[in-house]
Amino acid sequence: MLRFVLGRVLVLIPTFIGVSIIAFAFIRLLPGDPVMLMSGERVMDPERYQRIMHQLGYDRPMPVQYFDYLIGLLSGDFGTSIVTRRPVVQDFFALFPATLELSFCAIVFAVVLGVPAGVLAAVKRGSFYDQAIMSVALVGYSMPIFWWGILLIILFSGILGWTPVSGRISLMYFFPSVTGFMLIDALISGQSGAFRSALSHLILPTIVLGTIPLAVIARQTRSAMLEVLSEDYVRTARAKGLPPSRVVGLHALRNALIPVVTTIGLQVGVLMAGAILTESIFSWPGIGKWMIDSVSKRDYPVIQGGLLIIAAIIMLVNLIVDLLYGLINPRIRHH
Amino acid sequence: MVLKRLTQAALLGVSLAALAGAGASAKTLVYCSEGSPEGFDPGIYTAGTTFDASSRTVYNRLLEFEHGKTSTAPALAESWDISDDGLEYTFHLRPGVKFQTTDFFTPTRDFNADDVVFSFERQLKTDNPWNQYVAGAAWEYSAGMGFPDLIKSVEKVDDLTVKFVLNHPEAPFLADLAMDFASIMSKEYADKLAADGKMEQLNQMPLGTGPFEFVAYEPDAVIRYRAHEEYWPGKEKIDDLVFAITTDAAVRAQKLQAGECHIMPYPNAADVAGLEANADLTVMKQEGLNVAYLAYNTLIAPFDKPEVRKALNMAINKQAIVDAVFQGAATPAKNPIPPTMWSYNDAIQDDPYDPEAAKAALEAAGAAGLSMKVWAMPVSRPYMLNAKRAAELIQEDFAKIGVTVEIVSFEWAEYLERSKAKDRDGAVILGWTGDNGDPDNFLDVLLGCDAVGGNNRAQWCNEEFDKLVSDAKVISDQAERTKLYEEAQVIFKREAPWATLDHSLVVMPMSKKVTGFVMDPLGIHRFDGVDITE
Repeated sequence: MLRFVLGRVLVLIPTFIGVSIIAFAFIRLLPGDPVMLMSGERVMDPERYQRIMHQLGYDRPMPVQYFDYLIGLLSGDFGTSIVTRRPVVQDFFALFPATLELSFCAIVFAVVLGVPAGVLAAVKRGSFYDQAIMSVALVGYSMPIFWWGILLIILFSGILGWTPVSGRISLMYFFPSVTGFMLIDALISGQSGAFRSALSHLILPTIVLGTIPLAVIARQTRSAMLEVLSEDYVRTARAKGLPPSRVVGLHALRNALIPVVTTIGLQVGVLMAGAILTESIFSWPGIGKWMIDSVSKRDYPVIQGGLLIIAAIIMLVNLIVDLLYGLINPRIRHH
Repeated sequence: MVLKRLTQAALLGVSLAALAGAGASAKTLVYCSEGSPEGFDPGIYTAGTTFDASSRTVYNRLLEFEHGKTSTAPALAESWDISDDGLEYTFHLRPGVKFQTTDFFTPTRDFNADDVVFSFERQLKTDNPWNQYVAGAAWEYSAGMGFPDLIKSVEKVDDLTVKFVLNHPEAPFLADLAMDFASIMSKEYADKLAADGKMEQLNQMPLGTGPFEFVAYEPDAVIRYRAHEEYWPGKEKIDDLVFAITTDAAVRAQKLQAGECHIMPYPNAADVAGLEANADLTVMKQEGLNVAYLAYNTLIAPFDKPEVRKALNMAINKQAIVDAVFQGAATPAKNPIPPTMWSYNDAIQDDPYDPEAAKAALEAAGAAGLSMKVWAMPVSRPYMLNAKRAAELIQEDFAKIGVTVEIVSFEWAEYLERSKAKDRDGAVILGWTGDNGDPDNFLDVLLGCDAVGGNNRAQWCNEEFDKLVSDAKVISDQAERTKLYEEAQVIFKREAPWATLDHSLVVMPMSKKVTGFVMDPLGIHRFDGVDITE
């Protein structure tokens, strides 16, 4: 088991270096640079431009800049934002709880609805339920997040007035952030109605961010269930005279869940990508919105640092999923 | 750590509860702002979003732009004397002006000359300890307005008198002092931060003499302000001001309609009709302090002939561009400066849209069957939302008079750089948004001889025009300057270095409960003087 874990961890090192190169190089491939964008239509005289570029160290050869960056990374220094002048790590962890809270709710939403829907579709294969669930899943998967978000806002906030339009909590509540998780902070604050307000602000973004994972999980559960349901041991269980709920719920579902767990793990990446758009729509102060803003301002350190930390988190989650997988299915760790 | 934060939270909770109890009828204005401020020190940034959240709420300046105008009025300086040679400006400061008393700082003295000297020296002197208190601070606006070369010294004469000595006379200097970057900071607060080793806090927790005091900022989400109790013109009518940061324009519009905020900037053009139809809302409109233009390269034949440029200008259907690109949220431009700016010459007649006459004029000038390039910006700017579309319309217009147009574009930074070249092939679509409401900021910056090869994209150097504009720059009397600028606009129209395209409209939808909001031609959002009725 230890060898298995070590092997998995070792693979992460070259991956991490690869990501650092991509993060570093890609943002520099984008036209324009932070200093150019500072001056807009105004013409900054070339001397001044050079001086500021020099101050920021962007006039040095790329490999030197990268090497410097790597050295900084090794000592835990992810750089300082060119715009806000705050350390990237500080900003990241100030905003990350908001993203985590939203992502967590979204994945719970996706699993709680997606797994039963997939099971139902598999058990009633070919039925109206199956057709309906799979069509909805296909639509959900293909839905542009941006459009979906606005649509929900117009319907539920604009026309029906059931949910707030955007933000994390009503502006009338004002308390300091302790954990960064609004639901918990609202409870701690003891202000009546705060928790309810935070919860109502979570509904629409959760649905929007959870839609794609929901569709993926439902489809994956369905196909895994179909495969398992045709296995010999399921037929045996049926032949033994077990009630169908026990056959499906215990024997089939447990085995079908293995690929589903992997899929859920992979959704972390999807959630991060989705968070960028979802957060922009719902004015959700998380890292997705933070990254988008820094791309438009060419804030190199933020984009590099942000991408790396996100990549590290995704790699970590995948590692945990791999290890869990090994636990669930011993054959894997011996291979 | 967590325990400490919990204790702090509990304490703050108690004090907030007390506050809420005391001000049960507190008036709160919620502004759905379009983005997060980069920081709260207006000296080191250039974005309007940052200025709205810092200089216009927390700070004052020696002079202020009059509400809704581009002219200036006394503020922290009650009056000033200018020496005959225009090199010495002596400001007499307003006595008894209080800095804000906040949770994080209690001032012990009133505003005085030390604060003024501090506020400018930190920008001008590279050896000032505050010059690089945030690493890489570029003081972009101070540099952009030429302050390091212009200002020789800033001296304290006595507690309430400050003298600026300039290296050369400069009439727009007073207008420059009303700009955001010239906001006056508290030296006492800065000294305290330096002593505590917390200099960066100046950019995170601002403190000034302005109408509102800073309370808290939750990054990317909410900024909270309270009315400054001892504000020198009197306390504001609203008690609390909240910026709810909402980056998406469609979502801002929804929030406004749902009553989650009272006022919003920059709606989508497509949403404006819907907002206007809402009986609970008012939609204010005004020409922005901007212009979009098509600049010919006047150094290259046949565009060196004014007749050719005039003929082409007559072929452009500006109204069609305004309709297609702005859905009406703009007005066709006839002058290089916007109508809200003082000295705008409204007597000037625009070239009529007349393809037949244009064709004849082009033939008469010997340029029939011309082919040319039109450069279209790759980005959307407030004065030109879609330059590619505008270029296509111009292409169609020119085709009608037998001129073949090839549309070219480059990535934005490259576009700005390449379009400066004196040997540039083609006419460039570009524009400008004013900084300080002074006509010099358009006419000299964009059309002066010194700007050829730089901001003067028409590469146009007309001695007559340049003399008028240069003379106006060193005269202090606004009436005299107005005459010169009006005349300069006549020459501009006659010589036609640009086809002036449009001035975009700035649209501000707000709740009918909001009273006293004045649209600002400089594009600033100010909340002093605003009230809400319940």
